Amino acid sequence: MDLLRFLTAGSVDDGKSTLIGRLLYDSKNILIDQLDAIERSSKNRKDGSVDLALLTDGLRAEREQGITIDVAYKYFSTPKRKFIIADTPGHIQYTRNMVTGASNADLIIILVDARNGVVEQTRRHSLIASLLNIPHVVVAINKMDLLNYDRNAYDQIVADYKKVAATLKLNTVSYVPISALVGDNIVDASTKMGWYEGPTLLEYLENVEVKSSVNLDNARFPVQYVIRPQTDALHDYRGYAGKIESGIYRKGDQVVVYPSGVEATIEKIELGGKEVEEAFAPQSVVLHLDQDVDISRGDSIVKKDDSLKVSQDIDAIVCWMDEKPLSVGQKYFLQHGSKVVPAMVKEIRYKLDVNELEKIYEVSKADLNEVVEVKLKTASPLAYDAYSHIRESGGAVLVDQTSFVTVGAALLQ
Amino acid sequence: MSNYQLDYLDQLESESIHIFREVAGQFEKPALLFSGGKDSITLVHLALKAFRPGKFPFPLVHIDTGHNFPEALAFRDQLAEELGEQLIVRKVEDTIKAKHLTEQKGKFASRNQLQTFTLLDTIEEFGFDACIGGARRDEEKARAKERIFSVRDDFGQWNPKLQRPELWHTYNGKIHKGENVRVFPISNWTELDIWNYIKRENIALPSVYFSHEREVLEYQNALIAVSPYIQIEENDKISTRRVRYRTVGDMTCTAAVASEAYSVDDIISEITATRTSERGETRIDDRFSEAAMEDRKKNGYF
Repeated sequence: MDLLRFLTAGSVDDGKSTLIGRLLYDSKNILIDQLDAIERSSKNRKDGSVDLALLTDGLRAEREQGITIDVAYKYFSTPKRKFIIADTPGHIQYTRNMVTGASNADLIIILVDARNGVVEQTRRHSLIASLLNIPHVVVAINKMDLLNYDRNAYDQIVADYKKVAATLKLNTVSYVPISALVGDNIVDASTKMGWYEGPTLLEYLENVEVKSSVNLDNARFPVQYVIRPQTDALHDYRGYAGKIESGIYRKGDQVVVYPSGVEATIEKIELGGKEVEEAFAPQSVVLHLDQDVDISRGDSIVKKDDSLKVSQDIDAIVCWMDEKPLSVGQKYFLQHGSKVVPAMVKEIRYKLDVNELEKIYEVSKADLNEVVEVKLKTASPLAYDAYSHIRESGGAVLVDQTSFVTVGAALLQ
Repeated sequence: MSNYQLDYLDQLESESIHIFREVAGQFEKPALLFSGGKDSITLVHLALKAFRPGKFPFPLVHIDTGHNFPEALAFRDQLAEELGEQLIVRKVEDTIKAKHLTEQKGKFASRNQLQTFTLLDTIEEFGFDACIGGARRDEEKARAKERIFSVRDDFGQWNPKLQRPELWHTYNGKIHKGENVRVFPISNWTELDIWNYIKRENIALPSVYFSHEREVLEYQNALIAVSPYIQIEENDKISTRRVRYRTVGDMTCTAAVASEAYSVDDIISEITATRTSERGETRIDDRFSEAAMEDRKKNGYF
């Protein structure tokens, strides 16, 4: 069985948590005691209905305020597929948590309130989907029940969103008219929208092809840990442990170690303690080379003739996630997989206006939740790929040097 | 292996091994919290895949409430011995004496909250900077919110509003002295995933997980094992039933389920058909309030 990771995004009160509750409820993935618990909590509601959003809003503060503050992960499966859902917040001040949920997703559901149409948060979330290269976008036009299932309203929103998708060069975009509250087109086809001929949301999620977003052409292996038992029996054992980020490695492959540039041959590959002929992304393995090379955590073992970029001057698009603004001249740690290097912001090239989806030049800082392109100077050379080429080896985080908080998501260019 | 597509269990396994190795690479003094329950046994199995033929770069640590199932404790000791890995046990009993802590009173008096004191003391005693645990996000709604690398302050407290963004597979484990990180390598696994993995990997478990006869007390639809740790009153209904456990925590607050499942296959069939969640069915401590788990975690609980 395969696995689909997706997230839900949209403005506050567009019904993200309700949608997930409905998806789980109608696909019979809610367990009785969980349902009992939310029924008890819903009793305070005036109309007596069950608030399905309570399934995911797990924190006290969330239930008190009726909003989602942080990402909640939910799991469900159907006979066809297993799903991991990241239920992410809609509030602008928690956009960083939405980026967190988006970074591993194969698919994003962008909720639009049919009454409000495409709004700033729709554009912001679509921009993030585009920057993070999420392979599939589904626009779920919600609350159709409140507009008497009006086809014209739906068509208008689809037309508006198509302009956004074109500006952002989003690839596969699908549209579904739904009512999360009532359950139209979530699991069961709506009887009220005969004019819609596409699949229900769940049908779409079950059938969308996720030719895994893993790149199998370019082999990348960052070393996480060196296994050296140093016992009598395993005196010479020296294994490089890590997860293959992309590509395929085979016994006998010629490789180059970054950043030293030393060449070697793969002598042995171990997977879960057993020797294998080949291994591929995203398997966690142990590689052995035919010669003793000085390799430590943070180095990369890459196939010969398939070079990485190596530079100290790196352009990156940064989603800023901290209250303290990003500014020119400031130093951070850049954590790129297992490698951590100090990095300085040399220049802010431009800021992205999320509303107009345009570039604004001559800016000196980036505030919380803003997106900028910067020029970074790292303290030592970094071996990497463009994010658009390989997600895993082009993604990095910026860490504050004193608070140690993760303050930015960096998409290396 | 020809189509280069990984089955979901292989994906989960690979992700967990990666997390283990990040802990080994980023921290000076990690520890693996190991109780002898199915989730921490799965963690140990994953650690073997991450580090063998090397030794584990951390000891196994058990915070023993003194109310554990004897079967789980025996299993714990035996597994640590077989593997030749270090096992550190610290007892809540000792903390209670040393700190003059007040024990909960009542019928099912639990040491669940007192466990936090022993855990924090143990972290301080050994200077652990990371504690790996077997919590899963599907267990409970507060856990569903937690990061894989969960930073705790000097007092072991979790602040759900100030969690570090966690992107791709990049885990930021940088902390100040006194802080520590709780790491959850099987965050993305569900109860059923664990059982399917136990089956696939042929992992041995303590006998309490399989159907056996036990004297139990029936209380609000829960079956609590008769043990010296609970108060038994005159009107209590006690009977011998065929039961098994879905989780193995304290004997005082972990309920058994009526079951005829004698093998891992039987258990998988039962769980697939069940309509109640693992914790909802078996942990009476979570029923005390809607935010019981969140509140305990904010105070440093695992």
